[in-house]
Amino acid sequence: MTRYTPVTDSDREAMLAAIGVASLAELFGEIPESVRLGRPLELPASLGEAEVYEHLRALASRNSSTEESLCFLGAGMYDNYVPAVVDMLMGRSEFLTPYTPYQPEISQGGLQVMFEYQTAICELTGMDVSNASVYEGPSALAAAGYLAKLTNGRPRFVVSRGVHPHARETLRTLSVGYGTSVEEVELRDGATDPRAWAAAIGDDVSAVFLAQPNFLGAVEDLAPLIAAAREHGALVVCSADPIALGIVEAPGRLGVDVCVGEGQTLGNRLDFGGPSFGFFAAREEHLRRMPGRIAGETRDVDGRRGFVLTLQTREQHIRREKATSNICTAQALNALAGVVYLSWLGREGFVELAELLARRTAYARERLCSLDGVSALHEQPVVREFALSLGLADVDSVRRVIARCAGERVEPGYALGRDYPEHPDALLVALSERRSREDIDRLVDVLGRALAAERAAAAAGGAAA
Amino acid sequence: MSVQTGATADAALTIFEKGQRGRRAFQAPAVDVPERPLDELIPRRLRRSEPARLPEVTEPELVRHYVRLSRRNFDLDSGFYPLGSCTMKHNPRLHERVAALPGHARLHPLTDPARAQGALELMWGLERALAELAGLPHVSLQPSAGSHGELTGVLLTRAYHADRGERRGKVLTPDTAHGTNPATVTMAGYEVVKLGTDARGGVDLDDLRAKADSDVACLMLTNPNTLGLFDANIEEIARIVHGVGGVLYYDGANLNAVMGISRPGDMGFDIVHFNLHKSFTQPHGGGGPGSGPIAVSEAIEPYLPRPVLVRRGGAQGNGSKVEFDLDYDRPRSIGRVRGFQGNYGCFVRSYAYICSLGAAGLRDVSETAVLNANYLLARLRALGVCELLPPAYERLCMHEFVLSGAPMKQQLGIRTLDLAKRLLDHGYHPPTVYFPLLVEEALLIEPTETETKETLDEFAAAIAEILREAREDPELARTAPHTTPVRRLDEAAAAKHPVLRQAL
Amino acid sequence: MPEASYPDDLLYHPDHDWARVEGDVATFGITWYAQDSLGDVVFFEPPAVGTQVTRDEPYTEVESVKAVSDVIAPLSGEVIEANVALGDAPEAINEDPYGAGWMVKVRLSDPGQASTLLAADAYVALLA
Repeated sequence: MTRYTPVTDSDREAMLAAIGVASLAELFGEIPESVRLGRPLELPASLGEAEVYEHLRALASRNSSTEESLCFLGAGMYDNYVPAVVDMLMGRSEFLTPYTPYQPEISQGGLQVMFEYQTAICELTGMDVSNASVYEGPSALAAAGYLAKLTNGRPRFVVSRGVHPHARETLRTLSVGYGTSVEEVELRDGATDPRAWAAAIGDDVSAVFLAQPNFLGAVEDLAPLIAAAREHGALVVCSADPIALGIVEAPGRLGVDVCVGEGQTLGNRLDFGGPSFGFFAAREEHLRRMPGRIAGETRDVDGRRGFVLTLQTREQHIRREKATSNICTAQALNALAGVVYLSWLGREGFVELAELLARRTAYARERLCSLDGVSALHEQPVVREFALSLGLADVDSVRRVIARCAGERVEPGYALGRDYPEHPDALLVALSERRSREDIDRLVDVLGRALAAERAAAAAGGAAA
Repeated sequence: MSVQTGATADAALTIFEKGQRGRRAFQAPAVDVPERPLDELIPRRLRRSEPARLPEVTEPELVRHYVRLSRRNFDLDSGFYPLGSCTMKHNPRLHERVAALPGHARLHPLTDPARAQGALELMWGLERALAELAGLPHVSLQPSAGSHGELTGVLLTRAYHADRGERRGKVLTPDTAHGTNPATVTMAGYEVVKLGTDARGGVDLDDLRAKADSDVACLMLTNPNTLGLFDANIEEIARIVHGVGGVLYYDGANLNAVMGISRPGDMGFDIVHFNLHKSFTQPHGGGGPGSGPIAVSEAIEPYLPRPVLVRRGGAQGNGSKVEFDLDYDRPRSIGRVRGFQGNYGCFVRSYAYICSLGAAGLRDVSETAVLNANYLLARLRALGVCELLPPAYERLCMHEFVLSGAPMKQQLGIRTLDLAKRLLDHGYHPPTVYFPLLVEEALLIEPTETETKETLDEFAAAIAEILREAREDPELARTAPHTTPVRRLDEAAAAKHPVLRQAL
Repeated sequence: MPEASYPDDLLYHPDHDWARVEGDVATFGITWYAQDSLGDVVFFEPPAVGTQVTRDEPYTEVESVKAVSDVIAPLSGEVIEANVALGDAPEAINEDPYGAGWMVKVRLSDPGQASTLLAADAYVALLA
């Protein structure tokens, strides 16, 4: 018996008698001796709740969280403010502990939340239909690739290098199973090179993939890129930052086929990278090939409005090998946080937030570029994230600068050099609404001094500095 | 879920149908930077032309709306949830507290490993524990859910064979397999070949011998299987598959039956996936999040997704500091299967669970899960329920068991679906229905180890009561449920004319 | 259609499809047994005119609330007409599987193949 398993010794006796066996061991009689472990698990002994808490707290204290450090890290996940109502609702038993709503009569709460979430995503993205969420951003992009493959069966994907490196890599990994090849198109001045893009697309292309804003924070001019894909009948998949959609045109209005993205920035915590949710929205014509769960409206026998999981025949558990995906678990709880957050921001707040971010980001970029040796990696319009060239030798120098800043409790951004070897000294800086002008000024101060120290050390002839 | 009151009986208005123009719950920070015209920052033609029509509500309205919605949900904290194959065990509340610690919750995934040593050490501890439970040495925590772990496993299999210059086209799965298995196989570019089940409920060995050849990449199995039965032929199965150079994959959905008792690695499996949201108490959240780590053998290790967690230093008492890092230099890796490191929030909870239970506690979990399932079956027999709902296989079950509602349908005129709906009126979540497909009118019951004997007795009595009632008046079950916030819903209409968003 | 029915003037394929043969043109659909097993049909998209169909092979799918099923061609030929009305009213497949629920009309490539199909009583015997 443990604190979570209530069977007592006397319970066990009564239960074994009712079953008609003499001992617990008889219940495991089918398991051959040769595959039995035959020894205790090599794991520590059990601990009481307070001890477990202390252990987890000690581990937490060895992580530099955004409570201690001023965080300018982005790249798909952001240090946004999570409203108290989100924590409260996510913690409610009725949302936290049930399973997927297979019995709709007692799951109207969860099903209606899905329906509301789907509505919100359609509004944000300008698309016709949305599912009830997928795991996260990069796998949403890869799932869009599968939809394209099911639709036209063509052998090639074309991806802009403006798409998140993790998403591009995930697409490659899964494409091995799909049987499609993946070709990347370079950026020019921080945006997808339109000539290289058009040249890469032919009639054998199943789908093209773009990001808006792209990984370097640039708001791209998507219309000509989409037109180039349409000319050859390829599907267009756009990955979007949902917060930026408060100010940037909705991809649905530009005629993309599928709009996906990472939802963490909508009311979810960082959690060192997960769990969060991915959104997946598409044009009406792709409805029956969309992966994941979808909630639909209907009536009950008494005429009451209600909601059910619908089009389930598309999913793994009925179609089995002909399924549109193998997704079983979605991200219902995180999607709940997302729709609550969007309702909390509201119609006007969603716009105000994006406009505030755009203005602060412009300010940050300008101030940082005034530092010696620092320049903007590109001059494209940005919303809440941008890339700088730090005027250093290589990515290791950038890492040293970051470490110096961290010593002063500032995380200045992400070193892009490993993902973009063509920009070895680049830094990706992101803002959330938690970063005030004062915070930005502090970043400028700390980064400025860290850069100066690094340049001095390099000048003093320290390759091993 | 509360009894029908005004709060639960109200019409289902969405948040979009509430509120008024101008209301808001969010107060933006004051603009503290130069208010440059937006046209200067982002050209008008790239900007949003039509606003997103999000709700306009204040905080009180927001709270009331979602709290009332929550009361239209049944949940595990409130009642018994014997959903077979889902392992609906209690979610310890400590886990929410530790997962919310800022050091875990407010940690950016791209924080330099030097400043995330606590997180990486936690992940390492979880990896080691899962390796011990699996009996396989190498682990990746990256996959997002069970089916994602499966897909990863099949892609690993593909890489393994490709590295040997072999092109294999088939994956074998039993006809009792969960729906994710065949879907996964197709997504990974293989053809699904089904294996028959023998009279005892295990893999038909003759069928396996006939179908196992050098074109078979992998056999995907779970043991115990979805019928809740342990396949004692597992070693022979492993011999046959390995004999043709195939890989043996273990679907960990049923791990709750064997922790500390038998390990998939020892049974001969090469790749195992875990469902942290099943055996390891990650709350189901109404349909996610989950997490699907995998454990693999030495031979499969080079192909693991990257990055791989590594531990350096501290060896041989030389005084060097132990340090954890993420290794991206993995030339034979299949690559990433998602962003960042995986669902760390789930790792925190599962790790806390493993720390709480310890070695003896985890074994106790499996022993009790199997005890509870067998006891519930014995109670149902004692009450005469099994005359109308006989077990599909007459043998001791493991952590779950399948009944067939075929005699009930014939004799009482009510189906498994009707029994399930009538159970809702009794305040229970029904067991899994119509799965596995192999059993007619299937009812798959998994009580889990966190339920008391009293609850199991009450549940068995409720089923007996429903059958008694159906003898006199089958209409009650056929038109059930009667006391829930809505009654039976028209699923055909929902699929025929899909309405998937609120019209605005 | 609540009661099982298998008209005598039709020919049947063991995968639960029927054919009404008139000269070298045949009409196809699915049998009462098939629609009963599927449950309420919610979606049906017929193949395009001109599509080649092959005996024993699937030529389209029918989707119900609980399953998607392949529809097997009882005979080989070319689609000359498709029942597009089923797009708006797929329930006709349940309500009138041999009449309004017809799926495609096909110009047969080998009318002699019809002799391989079953008569109504032989098909009914299969179902037992």
